[in-house]
Amino acid sequence: MEADEKIEKISSQTLISNSPSKRIRIRPLTKASLVLRGTLVVLVLLTAYTFYTIDVKDVNFVQGMIGTAKNVKVMFLEPHLSHFSFSHALYQVMITLGLAFLTTVFGAIIAVFLSLFAAQNLSSKRVSVVIKGFAAFIRAVPTVLWVLIFAVAAGLGSVAAVIGMTFHSISYLIKAYSESFEELDKGVIEALQASGASWWQIVFQAVIPSSISYMISWTFMRFEINFAVAVAMGAAAGAGGIGFDMFMASSFYYDIREIGAVTYFILVIAILLEVLATQIKKRLKVNI
Amino acid sequence: MTALLEVAHVSKKFGNDTKALSDVNFSVREGEFVSIIGPSGAGKSTLLRCINRMIDASSGEINFDNVNILSLNKRELKKTRTKIGMIFQHYNLVNRLTVIENTLHGRLGFKTTFAGMLGIYTEEEKQQAIKILNVLGLNEQIFKRSDQLSGGQKQRVGIARALIQNPRMLLCDEPIASLDPSSSKVIMDHLKNISVKMGITVLVNLHQVDVALKYSDTIIGINGGQVVYNGSPKNITPDDIHRIYGSEAGKLIFDMGEIHAG
Amino acid sequence: MIWVKSMQADIFKKKKLNTAVFILLVCFVTFIAATITEFSIAKGIASVPKAIQWSFSNFYPTKESLTKLPDILDKMKETLLISIAATTVAALLAMIFAIFGSTATRVNAFFGGICRGIATVFRNIDTAAWAMILLFSFGQSPLTGYFALFFGSFGFLTRAFVETIDEVSSSSVEALKATGASYFTIIFQSVIPSCIPQIISWVLFMVETNIRSATLVGLLAGSGIGFAFDLYYKSLNYHTASLVVIVIVVSILFIELISNYVRRVIL
Repeated sequence: MEADEKIEKISSQTLISNSPSKRIRIRPLTKASLVLRGTLVVLVLLTAYTFYTIDVKDVNFVQGMIGTAKNVKVMFLEPHLSHFSFSHALYQVMITLGLAFLTTVFGAIIAVFLSLFAAQNLSSKRVSVVIKGFAAFIRAVPTVLWVLIFAVAAGLGSVAAVIGMTFHSISYLIKAYSESFEELDKGVIEALQASGASWWQIVFQAVIPSSISYMISWTFMRFEINFAVAVAMGAAAGAGGIGFDMFMASSFYYDIREIGAVTYFILVIAILLEVLATQIKKRLKVNI
Repeated sequence: MTALLEVAHVSKKFGNDTKALSDVNFSVREGEFVSIIGPSGAGKSTLLRCINRMIDASSGEINFDNVNILSLNKRELKKTRTKIGMIFQHYNLVNRLTVIENTLHGRLGFKTTFAGMLGIYTEEEKQQAIKILNVLGLNEQIFKRSDQLSGGQKQRVGIARALIQNPRMLLCDEPIASLDPSSSKVIMDHLKNISVKMGITVLVNLHQVDVALKYSDTIIGINGGQVVYNGSPKNITPDDIHRIYGSEAGKLIFDMGEIHAG
Repeated sequence: MIWVKSMQADIFKKKKLNTAVFILLVCFVTFIAATITEFSIAKGIASVPKAIQWSFSNFYPTKESLTKLPDILDKMKETLLISIAATTVAALLAMIFAIFGSTATRVNAFFGGICRGIATVFRNIDTAAWAMILLFSFGQSPLTGYFALFFGSFGFLTRAFVETIDEVSSSSVEALKATGASYFTIIFQSVIPSCIPQIISWVLFMVETNIRSATLVGLLAGSGIGFAFDLYYKSLNYHTASLVVIVIVVSILFIELISNYVRRVIL
């Protein structure tokens, strides 16, 4: 190679001699790459096993796919409301938004206080571990089960839905808030401590002001999620709102065109919320 | 010696009104060390990227090795790019890969899509990569992951990736802007060496006037997308610097005399 | 005029006013939301101790309910497998859409926009809504759950992957372009190696999310662990229902443990 000579020219040091017969491994195996490949292999194997064992209960896969494609076409191209009016649908959307809003507000208020004790730099290690563990447990129970459990005590309806959904919001926001509190520079807290500020003063004058944009973004993101959750709870746990209408259209009236119309309502609100969330993040210059 | 690179009447517009370059002309001889200096936003980066068409110029002509780069089709362009190495301010390495893998990336332009996709390199290429890394003083780091390196070391990997292309010319976009002074000196010395001993043409965008004056054969000063100075660093006057950097540059010229003396 | 001027000068007053307006606004919207949803705060607060009391007296597994454990575990296995399979296949498709949708690697802006647009629609129709749509064609079968999770995951993962590619690999893509490498070479040598840890991390996150959603989808589509819960819950067999919840919680915490370990090692 011509470049070889060029390289030799500028090199005065002796080169490591590699016998050309020995292959050079350019990517040594590390623990990280082993775990990475292992994870991929396990995921692929489990997927293959699933397809091999799945019991489809005499549903024809191809027919189902074709049927779904046709249904989706009808849904989106011929949406139509037959069992309720446009204004009713709009009102139901407002109810779903209302459920999501209440859940987010209650969740945020409770989570702010709990996350102060969950942040390791503001609290003791033991308290932090206890609260974070508690939050992890709450997150592990699916929202719908929380709602159904509360429904036994409070009856099916908005009360059980809001309380059940609030549980999940709290644990999600505790995680988000406390992580953003923990990112606060240790020096800031130290400086205020040195000036004789109390814990609550430090929280309200330094911790919250410096994390407020993150908190707003996370909270709004949770609102976005809560809207979707509220739709689902309307369908699965009798929480009311547009989700319930969708459930009725799907399971009682078998009206695919009505489902299409309801889907449009949900889609419009969801995309609006997503755009709004992106705008908020951009305005606050937050990258999460 | 004939010119290796000739830039003639090159302009670049972004959108309708933002003019990044207007009527830029200069030529570079084989083996020459050229520094392009100018204030931030003057169009230095755009100019460099127009040469290997990372950005397409709006009009003009760029001749490299007697080929008009702007008229090349996709395949020819890729072939030409293999002859031009590029070095970046932020190194642009794949952080998770090893140093030698990043170096070997310089060979990808010579491979078929299939071999490139799978990252199949010949033993000869691997030997070559090790040799180059040794020359650049990275013998300890060859099999380390790139994100474990210091900034100066990362930039040397960037240089290695360009050198293994066996290029005729190097384009260096602010190669030392993110480095401390001692690493900067190491990088600039390597680049100078490459130009002098290997005869590879080097085109560098620089922020530091003193560094440019010290290392270059030719200085090209750019302001507002236009070439306002093109000549030897020996002849540059405070007035020229003033024209390149605008009115605030007064203080920048403080040690010019010193550099000329050295 | 003087008043206005002093107001503007007083940054503290302005900040306080802003905060007050914000709090008032939130209170006002809360009030409206509570009205239209017929939510009563008093009833809500009262329900929490009531629910806790009820849970302690009814919602725990008994010896008798333990006999159902093998059944429940079987359903849980089905749900876990379906969640994983849906996520993996969705991730593959999402990767293709993300590569064509990311500004760093897209072929052209128009096609990129289409890819991201499709993902946006899929993402914003919730998994539960997908389940209700799919019920029409697949009925009460695991396939309904599978595709509901698949479509939801596809939309979410495409967005996550696009952001990852934009963030991680735009610089190395530029470098490889400059060496003259071809499009697919760049994808396989630069984009995939640099993004793969984040991608795996997102996939694991999606598996966790999907196991939770699978419970909900199972309720609607009559399959898996959600169906098991629904069965015992509706027949007022709360002891067994609580066992289902415990199995779900343990499974989710276990999966979280594994994925946290993998994340710690590979990131």
